[in-house]
Amino acid sequence: MLNVSVRRELRDFPLAADFSVGKGETLVLIGENGAGKSSLLLLLSGLLPPDSGHISLNGQLLYDSRARVDVPSEERDIGFVFQNYALFPHMTVFENVAFGLRRRKVPPAEIRSRVDENLALLSLQNLSSVRADRLSGGQRQRVALARALAIDPALLLLDEPVSALDALAQDRMRSELGSFVRKSRIPCIAVTHSFRDAASLGDRIGVMEEGRIIRSGTLSEIMAGRNDFLNRFFCGCRQEHCHQ
Amino acid sequence: MAGSLFIHGKTGMGRRLGAGLVVGLLLAFILIPILALFFRISLAEFIASFSDPMVWNALVLSLVTASISTVTIILIGTPVAWINARHDYPGREIVDTLIDLPLVIPPAVAGLALLMTFGRTGLIGGFLYGFGISIAFTTLAVIMAQIFVSVPFYVRQARASFEQLDPVYEQAARSLGSTTAPTFFSIILPLVKSGLIAGAIMSFARALGEFGATIMFAGNFQGRTQTMPLAIYTAMQGDIDASITLSLVLILISFMVIALVKFQLRREVRC
Repeated sequence: MLNVSVRRELRDFPLAADFSVGKGETLVLIGENGAGKSSLLLLLSGLLPPDSGHISLNGQLLYDSRARVDVPSEERDIGFVFQNYALFPHMTVFENVAFGLRRRKVPPAEIRSRVDENLALLSLQNLSSVRADRLSGGQRQRVALARALAIDPALLLLDEPVSALDALAQDRMRSELGSFVRKSRIPCIAVTHSFRDAASLGDRIGVMEEGRIIRSGTLSEIMAGRNDFLNRFFCGCRQEHCHQ
Repeated sequence: MAGSLFIHGKTGMGRRLGAGLVVGLLLAFILIPILALFFRISLAEFIASFSDPMVWNALVLSLVTASISTVTIILIGTPVAWINARHDYPGREIVDTLIDLPLVIPPAVAGLALLMTFGRTGLIGGFLYGFGISIAFTTLAVIMAQIFVSVPFYVRQARASFEQLDPVYEQAARSLGSTTAPTFFSIILPLVKSGLIAGAIMSFARALGEFGATIMFAGNFQGRTQTMPLAIYTAMQGDIDASITLSLVLILISFMVIALVKFQLRREVRC
């Protein structure tokens, strides 16, 4: 269970988010560009310090401004898929996926089996020895996912998790991600600009506007109270023209 | 229409001729003096000059001291460049400007400044001399003079390379459990290595060609402080062949330096 209540002054507006995500639940964050979605992921991962508030994950305090607790990013056990994937270009696919395990001093035999398992999960076995800078956009995205999943994270943060895949692969990936999150019973937060991601990946959808989650609920709850942005997001039209 | 095309074509040819003339003049100004050195002695005289102990001593001393200077600059300059590229602190721009200062200070002034600091009666040298340590007019002084004048070449290039690197790689490494030092050595350094190598080569070349600061602070003693540029100057008074041989060696090294730097920087752009 992830409990969040954080504040941070961003360049254009203050970011203020209060929410919880249950085990095996996926919260999808949608919103205009620059609404603070990616900044929120950075705050949760510890890569951007909040100004105040608290973050707890499975009962463990990751950040608390009052108690002066701030667990460093490298100790938070969070799988993070960045928007531009951030694969290490000088390493092979195998080395990228094994990176987090090596840092955790996992024995070599176990590293081999866990990396192979995650590469198989994302159909990457044949690319194991290929350098990351030789991969296509879709392949990079899958490697980034495999790398985040390989460390058995306690929380999964996904910034546009399937945008670089073709339509068929997107469907498959959404379903695999959904079943992975449910099976491993970890909270997951995904930022997306895709209606299909929000509809099929999100148990709950949060709408962000200028640093705040202004609305949160299931797909049908969100659909019930649409505004101009949501109309554009869900059906690509303005409210006055939308009859869906 | 045809008339305007004709005029345009004529103007274009004029421009090309003008551009060719300017480029040709500049190239001639640079190349003719260099070629004059090559035509001045035969291959046999060039090879024979190496039997002169002054040539050999200067060559070895220059290569050894410039190598030590470059390694020292890499060890000290890399963390400094990293800190200035990635961390904001009060006075960072002032620190950057001060590091660049040796680029604009005349080398003779740098040498005098080093002498006033590390000479027997200098600020620090006077104190060290009390313990029997003397730096001025030693091989160590040669290395210090080389470091002083060539450190900005490395730090500037290293800082630019670090700044160009997307911080998302560090963020990804940290999110995967990597602490600062392993991230630096396993992710950051391999990604900026071409830029760092290019900076190190530039520093090495500057150290190899250093003259003014060395002669002021380290003197001109064969086998101890007489580097190639100093030996060229000394040989000019008598054995011009030795002077030309050393010059040609320096020119060949300079060519290699330029080729290596261009190759390294092109590799970095490709990455």
